[in-house]
Order: sequence, then C-alpha cells, then structure tokens
Amino acid sequence: MKKLQQFALLTAVGLASNGASAQELNQADTAWMLTATALVLFMTIPGLSLFYSGLVRAKNVLSVLMQCFALTCLMSLLWFAVGYTIAFGSDGVEQGAFIGDFGNVFFASMTMDSLNGGIPSTLFAIFQMTFAIITPALIVGGFAERMRFSAMLMFSAIWLIVVYAPVCHWVWGGGWLGSMGLQDFAGGTVVHITAAVAALVAAVMMGPRRGFGTVAMPPHNLTLTVAGAGMLWVGWFGFNAGSAVAADNSAAMAMLVTHLSASAGSLAWMAMEWIRHGKPSVLGIVTGMVAGLGTITPASGSVGPAAAVVIGLTAGVVCYFATGWIKNKLKIDDSLDVFPVHGVGGILGTLLAGVFCSTQLGVFSGNGFSDGINSIGGQLVVQATGVVATFAYTAVVTWIILKVVDVMVGLRVDADEETQGLDLVLHDERGYDL
Amino acid sequence: MKMMTAIIKPFKLDDVREALQQVGIAGMTVEEVKGYGRQKGHTELYRGAEYLVEFQPKVKIQIAVSDSELDAAIEAVCNAAATGKIGDGKIFVAPLEEGIRIRTGETGEDAL
Repeated sequence: MKKLQQFALLTAVGLASNGASAQELNQADTAWMLTATALVLFMTIPGLSLFYSGLVRAKNVLSVLMQCFALTCLMSLLWFAVGYTIAFGSDGVEQGAFIGDFGNVFFASMTMDSLNGGIPSTLFAIFQMTFAIITPALIVGGFAERMRFSAMLMFSAIWLIVVYAPVCHWVWGGGWLGSMGLQDFAGGTVVHITAAVAALVAAVMMGPRRGFGTVAMPPHNLTLTVAGAGMLWVGWFGFNAGSAVAADNSAAMAMLVTHLSASAGSLAWMAMEWIRHGKPSVLGIVTGMVAGLGTITPASGSVGPAAAVVIGLTAGVVCYFATGWIKNKLKIDDSLDVFPVHGVGGILGTLLAGVFCSTQLGVFSGNGFSDGINSIGGQLVVQATGVVATFAYTAVVTWIILKVVDVMVGLRVDADEETQGLDLVLHDERGYDL
Repeated sequence: MKMMTAIIKPFKLDDVREALQQVGIAGMTVEEVKGYGRQKGHTELYRGAEYLVEFQPKVKIQIAVSDSELDAAIEAVCNAAATGKIGDGKIFVAPLEEGIRIRTGETGEDAL
C-alpha cells in the first residue's frame, strides 16, 4: 500500500473509482492506458519528428528524423534496463527521496500478472517509457543542424539515466518533490523543463549554427511541420489524459483542459504576430499550439476548463515574447526554440497550476491544493521549489555530461561538414532527390 | 528575326500567353526565375527571426519572332502583363541569327 500512496497524485481519482479492490485488474483503465501509450509514442514518431524536420534546412532533414528515431529505440532499451527502476523502483519497497531502488533492473520484479494500481505493471512501465522517449527527443531541437550523431546518442543515453530518471523519481516515483505536494500531472517539470533546460545548455555550449543571425535559416518545409503539429496535438491527449492512469473523470477533465489550452495558445500566438507584424503565420499558430499544450501539461490534473483557457492564452503571449528575447536579444541559437516554448511554458504551467488548483476562484476554480497545503501561496512555494530544483539540477548535470561527451567524441561537426549538411556527411543520404 | 525576352509577374503568365496566341505567335519558352530591380525584396518572419528576401519571383518568357511580328508581340505582352504597379517587369529584344526546326531541318523564319 505504501506504493499506492506514492502514486496518489497520479491516480487519486482512479483509485477512488476502483474502490477497495485496487489490486484487481481494471479492464477499462487497462484499455485506456494501452491506447494512451500508443498515442504518446505517436507524438515522437512521427509527430515530433515531422514537426522538427520541417523546421530545419533541407540538407539536415534526415538528421533530425534519424535522431528522433534512434532515440526512440535507444531510450526504450535503456528505460527497460535501468531508467525505469531509477525512476519508479519496485513494488512494495520504500522509495528514497532521490532515486528508486534497483529491484526493477530489466523489469526484474515484474511478471505478466503483477499490477500497478488497476493496470498491469508492464503497462505502467511502457506508458512511462514513451515519456522517457519524447523527453530526450525534445532536446534535439536545441542542438539541431550541428551535433555529431555519435555525440548525440552518447549524451542522450547518459542524460536519460542521470537527469530524466532521477527527476521523474522526485516527482512521480515517490521522491521528495512529490512528497512535498508538487502538482505536476503530466510533466511540466519532469518532461518540459528538463528537456528545455538541456536544450538551452546544449545550444549555449555548442554555440550557434554557422551564419546564425546573418544568413537566413528559414524552415525548409512547413507542411511537414504542420502535419507533425497536428499529430502532436492528438498524441497529447494520451500524454495528459493518460497521466490519470485511469479511464475516469480525471482523465476526461485532463483531455478537455488540454484541448482548450492548445486552442487558446494557438490563437494567442497568431494574434500576437498579426498585431505586431501585420500577418498571422502558419508557423506562429502551430508554435502557439505547442506552447499551449506544454503549459497546460503540468496543470492538466489540477485546473478546470476556464482556467485552461487563461493558461493557454498566457502561454501563447509569454512564449511568443520569450522566443524573440532568446533569439534576438540573448543571441542564443536554440535552433528550434525548445527553451522559449517548452521551458518557459513548463515553468509557467507549473506555477499557474499552483494558482488555478484553488477551489476558491469561482469559474476559474480547480481541483484543490495538495494535502497539507491550504493557500495559493503555500502551493506556489512548492511549485516554485519544483521549478527551481528541476531547472538547477538539469542545467548543472547537462553541462557536465556535455563536457564529458565533448572530450570523448566531440560535440560538433566540422565547419565544412556543417555547411554541407548533416544528411550527407553523417548518413550518406539525401532527404530529397528531386 | 528577333529574340524577345520578357520578365513578367508570375500571375500574368496565362494572360500573356493568350495575348501572344491572339497575335499569331506560335511558341514560347517559360522559366521561373528570381531577381530584383526597382521592386525591392520582401521580409519573411519565422518565430521572431526576420529575413530579408532580396529576390522576387518572376516568370521569364523567351519568344523568337520575325521582324514583322515584333511590334505586335511587344504590344501584346505590354498590354497583358501590365498592372500599373511597380514590378510589372521588362522586355528585352535582341537580334537572332538563325533558327532551325529539328524535325524537318527548316531554317530561318520558316522554323518559327
């Protein structure tokens, strides 16, 4: 039962609807979680892959698709080997504050019959695996068009184990942030802040792409990007509503607020461009969608629909300004704007979850504070602690990993290789032979 | 014989082709090109990154005409391609030494 308490945040309503017999297989929950797992994998391949590949130049289109695909495979095996047990440990074992126990190396303590709440343990493990896939894949956007493929694999492998898995444990696996009452339903801290901070650190350490700021680097195929964006939106239903780990009212509300925030974020970004630049752009509206989705992610189990619209609108406007600020003022070449969209969105959403979870806000009320917390201020302190801890830990450890990998294989391709394009140089292939 | 080269706005291509057909011009070669003249480039904006695109897309038409057809052809292109706004394009005329129809071996104006 200790384990169940640790999952209280994830499965609060799910367990209630399952009643006392939480350790019996719930077929409805199982059916939904199988579906949600497929949806979240669909977010990375092909959703995020297409989204990213359209944004780079034609000479690098395959490199991005390859990075996302190879990461999907490599992260899956690593999650099976050690990632999962570091994040979630094994059933019936008291979990430490910082990492899980090692009883589930190679899923050792799982059998076909073991259950995690109302669903098979294997299902919970693979659902979480799809999160461990997309998080490193998101980072690709920060170092796109210049990182060596071998360095990328090495970096991502180490990063999954020493950054993603521990932070996942802190928040969802029974670790210190979850115990403090941090409300992060689907991964504002665990997924978006970790990925975005890593992308930012990588972009700063590797330096800008050749010609950044002087040579035009427009997206080579926005139709791919828009197709990928649509897949991301659909897949996000599995991401957020699946994080209820049950087919219940919490999942339904998560899906509703996710959809509303995506819609509001899209329109907000579109409006900002329309007002400030005179034209609404396609890239703008889909970027607003990602901002709205990333921002509602941590809050999707905490807030109601009216608050979701506010969160989405805020996300569209704030992430819009953050993007220009990082690129034009700080001159950081976060190639595909991972930090201003996912990082700023993840921070914003984690903080706003602490506000809009309040039940005292009339139509903007949410689902209540965490146990032992009884004010917005109190909840915000916990939310801010989660943000700062995740940000700082990710930044420092990512920096160390990149230094190590740089010494071992070198992070960046040569200048002339970068000019030729990674597709030919690293993969001996061309994306388009027209 | 003259080689007439017209640079026009892309959306005027069909109008120009029709106008040339009406004055009896039987053939032309069309290319999509980019360039700039008095009409400057335009800006494109991607997530806050603004790029100045110096070159405008245009269509280049090449037409070989007999000396007697030249004035009518120029008039036809001018009328059909004009919008009155900057960037309507230009026509260049150059002497043409020879023309050969490959299938029959006809030369000169017979080949046009």
